[in-house]
Amino acid sequence: MSGKQLPLFDPALLGPACLDALRKLSPRTQWRNPVMFVVWLGSLLVSLLWLQALAGHGEAPAGFILAVALWLWFTVLFANFAEALAEGRSKAQAASLRGMQRRIVAKKLVEPNHASRWLPLDASELRKGTVVLVEAGDWVPLDGEVIEGVASVDESAITGESAPVIREAGGDFCSVTGGTRVLSDWLVVRIGVNPGESFLDRMIAMVEGAKRQKTPNEVALTILLVGLTIVFLLVVVTLLPFSIFAVAMGGAGKVVTLTALVALLVCLAPTTIGGLLSAIGVAGMSRMMQANVVATSGRAVEAAGDVDVLLLDKTGTITFGNRQATAFHAAPGVAERDLARAALLASLADETPEGRSVVALAQSGFGLQAESFDTGNAEFVAFTAQTRMSGVDLGTRAIRKGALDAVRRYLDENGSHLPELLLRAAEEIARRGATPLLVVDANRAMGVIELKDVVKPGIKERFAELRRMGIRTVMVTGDNPLTAAAIAAEAGVDDFLAEATPEAKLKLIRDYQAHGRLVAMTGDGTNDAPALAQADVAVAMNSGTQAAREAGNMVDLDSNPTKLLEIVETGKQLLMTRGSLTTFSIANDVAKYFAILPAIFVTTYPQLEALNVMRLHSPGSAILSAVIFNALIIIALIPLALKGVRYRAIGAAALLNRNLLVYGLGGLLVPFVGIKLIDMLLVACGLV
Amino acid sequence: MSTDLLYFVLMLACMTALAIPMGKYLAGVFTDAGHALPERVTYRLLGVDPDHGMRWSQYGLALVLANAAMLLLGYLLLRVQAWLPWNPLHLPGMSPDLAFNTAASFITNTNWQSYSGENTLSNFSQMAALTFLMTVSAATGLAAGAAFIRALGHAEKPEIGNFWVDLTRIVWRVLLPVCFVVALVCVWQGVPQTLASDAVATTLEGAKQHIILGAVASLEAIKNIGTNGGGFFGANAAHPFENPTPFTNSLEILSMLLIPSALTVTFGCMLTRKRQGWVFFGAFLVMFVGFLAIAYPAERAGNPQFTTLGVAQQHTVTQPGGNMEGKEMRFGIAGSSLFVTSTTAATTGAVDAMHDSLTPLGGLVPLGEMMLNCVFGGKGVGLINLLQYAILAVFLIGMMIGRTPEFLGKKIEAREIKLVMLAVLAHPICILGFTALAVLWPHIADSLGNTGPHGFSEILYAYTSATANNGSAFGGLSVNTPFYNTTIGLAILIGRYGTLLPMLAVAGLLAGKKTLPETAGTFPTATPLFMALTVLVTLVVGGLTFLPALALGPLVEHIAMLHDQLF
Repeated sequence: MSGKQLPLFDPALLGPACLDALRKLSPRTQWRNPVMFVVWLGSLLVSLLWLQALAGHGEAPAGFILAVALWLWFTVLFANFAEALAEGRSKAQAASLRGMQRRIVAKKLVEPNHASRWLPLDASELRKGTVVLVEAGDWVPLDGEVIEGVASVDESAITGESAPVIREAGGDFCSVTGGTRVLSDWLVVRIGVNPGESFLDRMIAMVEGAKRQKTPNEVALTILLVGLTIVFLLVVVTLLPFSIFAVAMGGAGKVVTLTALVALLVCLAPTTIGGLLSAIGVAGMSRMMQANVVATSGRAVEAAGDVDVLLLDKTGTITFGNRQATAFHAAPGVAERDLARAALLASLADETPEGRSVVALAQSGFGLQAESFDTGNAEFVAFTAQTRMSGVDLGTRAIRKGALDAVRRYLDENGSHLPELLLRAAEEIARRGATPLLVVDANRAMGVIELKDVVKPGIKERFAELRRMGIRTVMVTGDNPLTAAAIAAEAGVDDFLAEATPEAKLKLIRDYQAHGRLVAMTGDGTNDAPALAQADVAVAMNSGTQAAREAGNMVDLDSNPTKLLEIVETGKQLLMTRGSLTTFSIANDVAKYFAILPAIFVTTYPQLEALNVMRLHSPGSAILSAVIFNALIIIALIPLALKGVRYRAIGAAALLNRNLLVYGLGGLLVPFVGIKLIDMLLVACGLV
Repeated sequence: MSTDLLYFVLMLACMTALAIPMGKYLAGVFTDAGHALPERVTYRLLGVDPDHGMRWSQYGLALVLANAAMLLLGYLLLRVQAWLPWNPLHLPGMSPDLAFNTAASFITNTNWQSYSGENTLSNFSQMAALTFLMTVSAATGLAAGAAFIRALGHAEKPEIGNFWVDLTRIVWRVLLPVCFVVALVCVWQGVPQTLASDAVATTLEGAKQHIILGAVASLEAIKNIGTNGGGFFGANAAHPFENPTPFTNSLEILSMLLIPSALTVTFGCMLTRKRQGWVFFGAFLVMFVGFLAIAYPAERAGNPQFTTLGVAQQHTVTQPGGNMEGKEMRFGIAGSSLFVTSTTAATTGAVDAMHDSLTPLGGLVPLGEMMLNCVFGGKGVGLINLLQYAILAVFLIGMMIGRTPEFLGKKIEAREIKLVMLAVLAHPICILGFTALAVLWPHIADSLGNTGPHGFSEILYAYTSATANNGSAFGGLSVNTPFYNTTIGLAILIGRYGTLLPMLAVAGLLAGKKTLPETAGTFPTATPLFMALTVLVTLVVGGLTFLPALALGPLVEHIAMLHDQLF
């Protein structure tokens, strides 16, 4: 799946959306959206009135009733179209996912080990717990856990990332996803799900909206809209007796027509937001998809907007994930170049990122060339848990590098000692949050390599932005408190958890939650699973273990921990779009009153013409213009509903001011202009 | 004009100055852990445990049951007053529909009167049925307000207080002492307070006149302090025995605004959110001043047709000018306008001028205030009604800034919105529904004093006044008929409990929720912006609901008046 932007109105989607809009006219579908159901009923009623008018007993000219009826039906259709279009976009995404579900013949192992023989079995007949063999060129049949072997896997179909990833038994990289392909070597995989329940299946179901349930805020908003619709229903229904009374009292004019009352009801009911509500929800999920994040529920997306605490892993999120050598500090009486040379030699065989960074620093800083050393009789000493040092033996000359206490012990054992000055330099480096590595050449302490966690550029600004959004950032790291504090200060996070264990992480989340805060976190390892399950918004990395992905309520296909920030924004955007359109919809009613009220009562009370501030041509044109505006505004706002109102981290009050100005004041003024223009157009075309 | 404005400013300043100590005192009453001696006696008599905390449902049940019992008691007393003591004029018992209407009206703090007090009720009924109900209904509303505020301060503690304790304390510590003082001041100003029923006087022509007297001062005090509004006399506060001087007029205005305005201060004290309390005070005040700014100029300008007829309407030394029809000379335009605006704001319903005779726009003001029912509003319930709109405002704001809405640290979710919308619906159902029923009722035109839009306003006003538990009468409508008595009685009950109970439920739900800490992402509600938005939401929701009805009543009448047509 790719993260490319879908065009808003993809021509290929428009046709099916139009058809779907018609199909959604069925009352069973309409019933799901109470506001539009009222419009649907109104349209039906006016259509019947038109038939009555055709039969010669009309309350108004049949042409007028027909025009109103048609535009009422359009209102319903436009709302249907918005929903259908949003669903169509989602379905297109789902279709591309489904394209990855191919017919795979799995190799079922008789015994759960590589040595066993295998039998071919259709992937659809696999069951949870079956063990299969996947060899180079094979597709992984279903989600599962690697129990044997190491292989490179192409996951580009899921993540869009073309570089293959390594999957191996044990550890945090043991899960494989159905629909990915093994490129080299082999894997023995224990299937973790039944067919139809795989990650891919769930993604498709989510995206297609088949399981779309209303989110909590959506439910609350629907109740508000239904309540308002009932209020307007009362207003409109009671207008008929009021009108009868007024006519009887004044002895003048005609009682208001049912057509006009239905038109008024539809105009007043919050149809703009009511018609676009489900489209907004579908589009929100779709936007998450475009960010390559799969949420297991709309509820999770919405909760993301409310997050107040972000737990971020230091490694990979805040820093580049590995410490890098940034400086050499030579011991007294040692030339810095000699230290660099010793460090280079000690690191030649060290393939860890730290080791390579030492080589890189020695080369770039002192022009030393690794190739220029004679390493013919060299014997490399690998890092072991016992010695906690690595290095090289050049004949009898032993060069070692290692952590402070390990080197100190090594020197003591060999009858040498660590100079006091060097010890202090090492401690000073540790205080800065960096890691000192001591280098020893033939029992002589040469100096210290400073290894530093490099904070990603731009991350500090992101955190400042989060702070303005009211979100607290907490860095979680296994480092000691000193190191953690230094990096926390450099990165600008609000708090940190040092020497984090899974239990400490879980406790931290619970503490925050006990204080009423909503916590979001990312994780990939199996030991993250309890914390992920506890967090309100838990983003599992797709590269993570099956356990982590099961525990989270979102999966980031790009496995990019900074994605959390985008997720929060998308959640906020979803709510803001609903709120802004609700405000817009309600604000619109003012102008509609000014259009319709004088129109329906002007025969009884000519004085009410004073309320016709738009100077609309005639009562008929006023009612029709208002209804047409009401229908067209739904179409006009579809792009906004699908794209969402942009979130800006400018603080709650400033954001509100902005949205109030645009959607509140805009909603108040736009219909005055729109209705007047439609009225002028109707007059110009001679339609009224 | 400038003296009038100065008068308004002085009155509002007095109101604010009184609200602060009263509000603090109320906060003390609502939160005091101890029980005074008379209260302990009361609890023992009632057989309640004063330290037992009630959930909203228990609180609401106690409130409804207590009210129902007293409604029944009041109904019976009114029906059988003929056989009860202190009835020297030998007035008969009330008819069933009138007794229901009156009992429902007084237990809900509405005090709608389909009858004229002096020639329908005995002294015993005035005191035992009415003054008693006026006191407990005022205490009931205030107790609900206290429980609501208390609930907002609770975190994960769904008990919102003890109804019996709140009721008892409010009667003993608030209503009785304050009313005692106000009644004494009234007596000093010339308001009668006697058990005698009438004074006999010989008029200049030599005719004998019975001048009705009674325990007026005590009723007058609770009438205003309790924002009840039911008068001793049919003419209510326009009657010289109820409201003899401009001073008592001002005193009555301040009395009725006292507790509703003080509750915002109480809110601030009890929740230690002083600024928030002032924000709500500000919201009340802004709407109040807005309505006064419609009523006063409209009344002062009078009817333009008089001007074309050559009738002087200017203010001079000898005459107040403006629209003086239905107004008392001793109160003038300013005193009457402020009284009209106050009595319908604070849902008192006392009248010192005939609302039927107000100019169309002047008549729109009491209608509008009662439709919103949260321009100060009744004791307790006014604040609750404003909070209902504040919660709606918070909901919209929360969504617009992309965050699940929070109010005072409490998440506003579907259940709260459902209950709030239920409370919001009570008003249109009763006001619009019953008005629609009434205008279709056979021979309804016979009950009207006027035709056209003004006649419509008379009916609309009756149901609005009933639903808002205001009780003021527009006049001009003959309402003592079984139809009106029954429907108005129902509107009163639905208007009262249909908003109070859902909002109590909201309070209970919020009390059971966690209180969330405020962050930079939380929208601050203790700001002028929030005040403006709450007012805006109130006006928009109220306006959209009632604009058509108002357009067919006062608005069209106003426009017609400008075009030389009267109804």
